[in-house]
Amino acid sequence: MFKEMHDLFQWAGLIPALPFLSFLLIAFVTKRSKGLSSTVSILAILTALGLAIAIAIGVIQSGAEIVEHPVIVNMNWLNIEGLKINFGTMVDPLNAMMLFVVTLVASMVQIYSLGYMKGDKGWSRYYTYQSLFAFSMLGMVLATNLLQLFIFWELVGLCSYLLIGFWYFKVSAREAAKKAFMTTRVGDFGLLLAILFLYTKFGTLDFVALSAILNTNMQNVALIGTASYVTVMAFLLFMGPVGKSGQFPLHVWLPDAMEGPTPVSALIHAATMVVAGVYLVARMYFLFDHADPSALQFIADIGAFTAIFAASIAIAQDDIKRILAYSTLSQLGYMMFGLGVGAYSGSMFHLMTHAFFKALMFLGAGSVIYAMHHKQDIWEMGGLWKTMPITGTTFFVGILAISGVPPFAGFFSKDEILANALHNGHPIIYGVGLFTAFLTAFYMSRLFFVTFCGPAKPENHTKESPWSMTIPLMILAFFSVVGGWVALPEHNFAFYVHYLPLGHEFEREAIDWGMAGISVLAGLLGIGLAYIIYIKKAIAAESIVARFPTAYKVLQNKYYVDELYLWIIKHVMGGLANVLYWFDIYVVDGIINGIAFITRGSANGLRRTSTGQLQTYAMVFFFAVVIIFMVFAFGEGQLTSLNPLAMLGGVK
Amino acid sequence: MSVLPTAGPSLLLPGILLAPVLAMLMIVFLPKEESKTIKIVAAIGTGVSLILSLYAFFAYDRVLGGMQFNLTIPWIPDLGVNLALGVDGISLPMLLLTNLIGFSSVYASWNMDKRVKEFFALLLILITGVMGTFIARDLFIFFLFYEIVVIPIYIMVIIWGSTKRVAKEYAGMKLTIYLLIGSAFLLVGMIALYLAAAKNGHPTFMFDQLARRQDLYSPAFQKVAFGLMLFGFGSLISMFPFHSWSPDGYAGAPTAVSMIHAGVLKKIGGYGLIRLGIFVLPLGARYWAPIIAFLAICNVLYAAFIALAQKDLKYVVGYSSVSHMGYVLIALAALNPTAMDGAIAMMFAHGVMSALIFSMIGFIYEKTHTRNIADLGGLAHQMPRLATGLLLAGMASLGLPSTVNFISEFTIFMGTIHVYPVFAMLGIFGIIFTAVYILRMIANVLFGPRRPEWDHLVDIRGPELVPMVLCVFVIFLAGIFPNILFGMIDSGVHSSGLAKVLETVSQAKMGGLF
Amino acid sequence: MNLSNLSVGLSTYLLVGAMLFCLGLYGVFAKRNIIAILMSIELMLNAVNINFVAFNRFIWNQKIDVHYILTGHVAALFVIVVAAAEVAVGLALVITIYRNRQSTNVDEFNWLKW
Repeated sequence: MFKEMHDLFQWAGLIPALPFLSFLLIAFVTKRSKGLSSTVSILAILTALGLAIAIAIGVIQSGAEIVEHPVIVNMNWLNIEGLKINFGTMVDPLNAMMLFVVTLVASMVQIYSLGYMKGDKGWSRYYTYQSLFAFSMLGMVLATNLLQLFIFWELVGLCSYLLIGFWYFKVSAREAAKKAFMTTRVGDFGLLLAILFLYTKFGTLDFVALSAILNTNMQNVALIGTASYVTVMAFLLFMGPVGKSGQFPLHVWLPDAMEGPTPVSALIHAATMVVAGVYLVARMYFLFDHADPSALQFIADIGAFTAIFAASIAIAQDDIKRILAYSTLSQLGYMMFGLGVGAYSGSMFHLMTHAFFKALMFLGAGSVIYAMHHKQDIWEMGGLWKTMPITGTTFFVGILAISGVPPFAGFFSKDEILANALHNGHPIIYGVGLFTAFLTAFYMSRLFFVTFCGPAKPENHTKESPWSMTIPLMILAFFSVVGGWVALPEHNFAFYVHYLPLGHEFEREAIDWGMAGISVLAGLLGIGLAYIIYIKKAIAAESIVARFPTAYKVLQNKYYVDELYLWIIKHVMGGLANVLYWFDIYVVDGIINGIAFITRGSANGLRRTSTGQLQTYAMVFFFAVVIIFMVFAFGEGQLTSLNPLAMLGGVK
Repeated sequence: MSVLPTAGPSLLLPGILLAPVLAMLMIVFLPKEESKTIKIVAAIGTGVSLILSLYAFFAYDRVLGGMQFNLTIPWIPDLGVNLALGVDGISLPMLLLTNLIGFSSVYASWNMDKRVKEFFALLLILITGVMGTFIARDLFIFFLFYEIVVIPIYIMVIIWGSTKRVAKEYAGMKLTIYLLIGSAFLLVGMIALYLAAAKNGHPTFMFDQLARRQDLYSPAFQKVAFGLMLFGFGSLISMFPFHSWSPDGYAGAPTAVSMIHAGVLKKIGGYGLIRLGIFVLPLGARYWAPIIAFLAICNVLYAAFIALAQKDLKYVVGYSSVSHMGYVLIALAALNPTAMDGAIAMMFAHGVMSALIFSMIGFIYEKTHTRNIADLGGLAHQMPRLATGLLLAGMASLGLPSTVNFISEFTIFMGTIHVYPVFAMLGIFGIIFTAVYILRMIANVLFGPRRPEWDHLVDIRGPELVPMVLCVFVIFLAGIFPNILFGMIDSGVHSSGLAKVLETVSQAKMGGLF
Repeated sequence: MNLSNLSVGLSTYLLVGAMLFCLGLYGVFAKRNIIAILMSIELMLNAVNINFVAFNRFIWNQKIDVHYILTGHVAALFVIVVAAAEVAVGLALVITIYRNRQSTNVDEFNWLKW
């Protein structure tokens, strides 16, 4: 059985190749025809989905075998002295999970876009970018070495830039795209440094090879010095995920990225691209494991801080997409601190379930926005459940999933992370995580109650969205319900996707129902509080705001972090630029112009020797002869041995 | 006479060299009203060169390596001057680059209407001169072609240039005098080298002979000679502080001249430093390396910051070019084969990218008659193809993976990180600022609301598309299949003996000024 | 003060010649009138003549009974002839210049000026 699956895994490279072909076809051939473009793109991604499902089934059937020995196909890409890089595909349970998630969400989003982007002038361009993104993300997930991953990482960033700025005639969109690219680039600087140092030290960037080297080296006690080097590399490597996965302080691009079309937000900024950072940390987990524990602690701290930071901002936002964006930031923080406290399987599980329900909610929000003729303020909505039942129901499923209510998907994954946090000795982080779960349930329920419940405003002529948009919603809702159940069987999710420190055996962790109960309680409390405030109106929201006006203002303005960054860019960077420009024009150029000025000036002075009068010339002649004669006759050195008179006569 | 790489004297290289000259001669005899014919003749001339150099690139025997397609004709035997032409893995990418850019520049100037005949004649002479510097194997011939390059640029900038912050006469004069001062120092260095190598009675100008006679050069001599050459080639490659001719020169020059300037002229400096400086005077190179590295970082960061403050489109790209040359310089200073590979590849990559970006900006200026970024905006509405080209050029400039620029920069970083870790980190830090100014430029020029005053603009079409298609194709082809380019360069670095030289010099105890 | 050299010897004549030469030289440099300059040139030439004759008289060995060595005198005659020719040409030039510029002031002939 494994042999046949093995052959299938060799063809894993086909999965990114199909969207790439679709990209080329749409960009060069079918651009004029809208129908053909979208058909080609959707066919490609659905085929990729089919292949991903086949691979996932193959992985499950291979059992423990594939966890130990991932299937790798490699070919040489660059071969020069001092730098040998391969390109290839790797299939192991983590990759298979990511493949499935990415292809599923991408295909749902592309089908959804048939309805959402209807009538847009840039239809073909949109599907070109979508295909390119699918190719990049899938290529990244299948990467066998760090450089290949980095290459696709940057390509994914490019697609994000292109798609955020899709409606480029809007100044806000183009600025948001620019911001996204620049912020992630700051993170990529650290990642690039880490890659360079890794290659210099270990001579390879291949994941399997690096893991093997680190495992063997770390047993050699004499290489203690290497431990600190590895820690530095770990910190540098983490900078990439800080940028890409929107951890504080490089989180500022994600809320602005909502300028892009909503399907794009669902795909890139909820389910796939932003989890690239989390995926990278998971892939390189062996590096963090062998580094100083402070590295993992740092990851956990940043993740936890991001989670609560973003959640606190979300409770004061009014734009439906912004709330979802901050929610994504918060959940990414969860995944990150999950990795930091050692809940590897839990974090990856949460990645998968989060992809389902977050994409679902974003697409639901898109449906709402579409029905509201592109109005996004939740206070202008209300009572939409009656007119948009499918959207409302699926959105409610998403709310329950994210709040961690059983038996929906979010319950299993969130609970695993929190339990691990407490069991691995991080009580503060557990507390932060629990409180954030409460906040999450609160603001998501707030969103739901304000948008879908209550009296409908008659000026919004809303109706349910077309089938192209509601079918993906239903499919994603299905996964949000059953996605968590893969934690239950004997060979559960953690059986396939886990990290084993050296010398340990895999042991299956049972679900801690006590902890689970506490987190469910937190979620229900959040929902309950939102219900009281927004449905029952027992406590008026305005009175809370009136009691804490400054706190509300700070939260609504996102802690003024954006303003701080803008100030730094304008005054520090811009100021330095102006200073150096002044220096270049007046000092460096000044020296050059000064040389020219000296030449001209001395020319001005020296020209006065040409008086035009023969007498002056004759006088100069005569005195020169006298002087030369003196030098010859009375001076020191070789010249005096030459008898001038004799020389004049030609006698040696 | 054959066209095979190694069998006997080959006429391929003189053919590549003379095709533009023949085209120029034909143009000289055409009446000046026939501007279309003149342009077509120029295109054919450069096209023939391009095809022949592509053939040379792919027919080169990488396994054998060394100088191939050789032609050696004794010219002045008493002085040891030979007309010696030949290419190896280091100079062949440069030759190909020159022809790519030459061909594109003819098309980028397709809408030239003032004094067409003189313009294209001068352009063809310029292209010939640049090609000659890369294929020369003899120092005298090298310098000869170098001087042939400087003069047409002056004339072209003075007549067809544009005046904005500085007058075009000022720009042209500054450029030419600066380069000539540099070449004066270079000449002194060359003659010193010639005289030092002539000690055992057989004076020669040939590169390989000069390299072989290294035992004749004392370390002190090497330091001084390399220093002189650094002054000359450094001015050419716009090393800080000899870079100030570059922004004014680019901004004032017409498009084709800017393309050739940024694309190839700077690379003559880099190529000269490798062939003459490092190869022939390795101890001198080792002595000067830390200084070069420091100045290279100044290039990268200083020029990147200044590019942030620019309001004129061509100045942004001019300073950007200075900044990218910093990467090449630090790779040269690292003195190891990986970094050398990266440096040569970066020269190629930057050349193609510069050609693309200058041709796009040239079209923008031609159509809108303004270079002020504040006046432009939303051009993607009226000119989508141009916008795509400029966007791709910008992405290449900031080193997006899958462009050849990324892999060259990465190789450079890989080669320098263990030799000059602090400088390399500062250089990598520069990629953030590159992204800032490039993205800012693209956002402000291409995106944003539609501006009605530009509604009359026509998108690029027909012959104007050639530079974009060609350059984009090369950038992405070499980026996705780097072995095509890097295989050639690596074989060149190893087979020409450069790798051995670097190995011996990296073990030398000398380093720095002390 | 050593007065043993009070007799008139070679150095006396050479001194006279030098003085006359310097006077002539000064005249060439400092006079404004072209005719004056020509006259000064004549003075220099004649000073040279004095030198020639003096050398002829004093350097030639008196013991040798050859009274008819006249090399110096012949040279002086040559100089006089050449001076005469030169004056003729010079004055012709002066007359031409005067006809064109109506002036003999050398300061005004500065067409090679910057």
